[in-house]
Amino acid sequence: MSVFLNRLFLSAVALFLALPLVVVAGVSVNGKKALTFPPQGFSLGWYAEIFTDHGWRDALEASLLVASLSAALAVLVAFPLAWFLWRFHAPWAKVIHALGLMPFVLPPVITALGFLGFWTSTGFYGEAWTVVVSHGIFFVTLPLVTVTLGFSAIDPTLVEAAATMGADDRTVLRTVVIPLIRPYVISGFAFAFVLSLNEYIITYMTVGFTMETLPVKIFNALRYGYTPTMAAIAVLFVAVAALVFGLIARFGDLPKLLGAWSADDR
Amino acid sequence: MRQPPRRAADYGPIAFPAVMLLLFFAVPFGLMIAVSFFQRIEGGFYEPAFVWSNYARFLSVFFGRVLSFSMMLAAGVAVVSVALAFPFTYLLTRLRRRTQVLWLVFLLSVLSLSEVIIGFAWATLLSANAGISNLLVMVGLLDAPTSLSPSLGAVLTGIVYQAFPYTVLVLYPALSRLDPTLTEAARTLGASPLNSFFTVVVPALRNTIVATLIMVFVFALGCYLLPQLLGRPQHWTLSVLITDQALFQANMPFAAAMAVFLVLVSLGLVGLSLLVGKKENAA
Repeated sequence: MSVFLNRLFLSAVALFLALPLVVVAGVSVNGKKALTFPPQGFSLGWYAEIFTDHGWRDALEASLLVASLSAALAVLVAFPLAWFLWRFHAPWAKVIHALGLMPFVLPPVITALGFLGFWTSTGFYGEAWTVVVSHGIFFVTLPLVTVTLGFSAIDPTLVEAAATMGADDRTVLRTVVIPLIRPYVISGFAFAFVLSLNEYIITYMTVGFTMETLPVKIFNALRYGYTPTMAAIAVLFVAVAALVFGLIARFGDLPKLLGAWSADDR
Repeated sequence: MRQPPRRAADYGPIAFPAVMLLLFFAVPFGLMIAVSFFQRIEGGFYEPAFVWSNYARFLSVFFGRVLSFSMMLAAGVAVVSVALAFPFTYLLTRLRRRTQVLWLVFLLSVLSLSEVIIGFAWATLLSANAGISNLLVMVGLLDAPTSLSPSLGAVLTGIVYQAFPYTVLVLYPALSRLDPTLTEAARTLGASPLNSFFTVVVPALRNTIVATLIMVFVFALGCYLLPQLLGRPQHWTLSVLITDQALFQANMPFAAAMAVFLVLVSLGLVGLSLLVGKKENAA
């Protein structure tokens, strides 16, 4: 593989991944309410509509609320679990850990169906908070993985030094562990946030008939035809994801988070 | 340094995660298994029972067709994604770290995209108004723009688009930790880069490739919206059928039975992939 062929292959992959996004971005600035590409005329009106149209704005607010609350819940469940596994030797707790990894291994429709049955039998089906709990549990895997990775990266001598100098668990946690683990917690939150924002099937099967997040609203609206507003929302979603992952990369070590050796190991 | 917890208070921190995961994951899961044995009654409800009739419906021709289509589609997606992603990831891990980070941000952004948005984007790209067929007309390969979706090709393309970043991220750790001296040795002995890729890198990671194929297969089995947005009813997968039975045919027991089946298949395959992956680490 010569350098030229390598570049050609990488560019072809980049083109494949970018092409639908480029077309959607083009469609989103159409002057008329039509899905033509290249766009005819130019207008940012479709972006404005996300914020001015009641239906779209409500869906946007619902999405942001669900994503931030459920990501927070996922972190609240994952952090103490990861801390406990790091602090104590308790083989049975690995069962709880495995339970936290399960939702992500299985096809999402299974978790969605489980929640549908559960909320129906408990009589809470359709209530807005049920989707927060459902997402919080479904996405717990992400902070659990990043925070566990963070704990394994803590140099044990730091903790020993603190303990030798008389610090109890609480003080060690506050002065040593939390400052070191913070980037991993933030990454875990961010991963869960972005994925919750985009999640469809669990939202649909828990609160699909009572509230609309953006993915649910787009899917419902697709039945009545495609509009440039949907394209504008798609662009917005890509931008949010790129921004969030860009920030993680800026303040953390993304390759290491994804399983490569860290930069200094090489 | 790590000791078993001694005092009752030591268990405090794990109480909340344990209760949450048991109550909101293990219980719904158990409930689903129970419902799969329940008896459906008229009006869309079901009553506790222990019957195998929901599982007996697997023997129908219709279920067999949906199942075999889902399996074929997932297998096709897995083969195409790994065939593209393996050389790609190999090249990616050889780039400068800063360039790698840019690629990873891009891949994660695509991976996190909602199926709704991917479906919408590809439907637009394959449509007659905005699609690539216009490009083909411009070049003179086509007389008039045509719509390329819904079709099986569109479904396959859409799912590969979604599965590709996932595949790269599954392969990334193994390839970025691959000992560079392996290929250097091959090069020193006179192998061309392409030759050393196929005779050294691919065989060295044979088990990783098999494990990744299985992981992507399971990932593609979960695809739910793309077959509906880019395909026709004959392209619907098991995931679509489960949702359809649960929400629109009001047949929760049958949906649950299919979900239990999907769980067994997925867990069996994931277990297999872990086993295959472990073998490589031991070797």
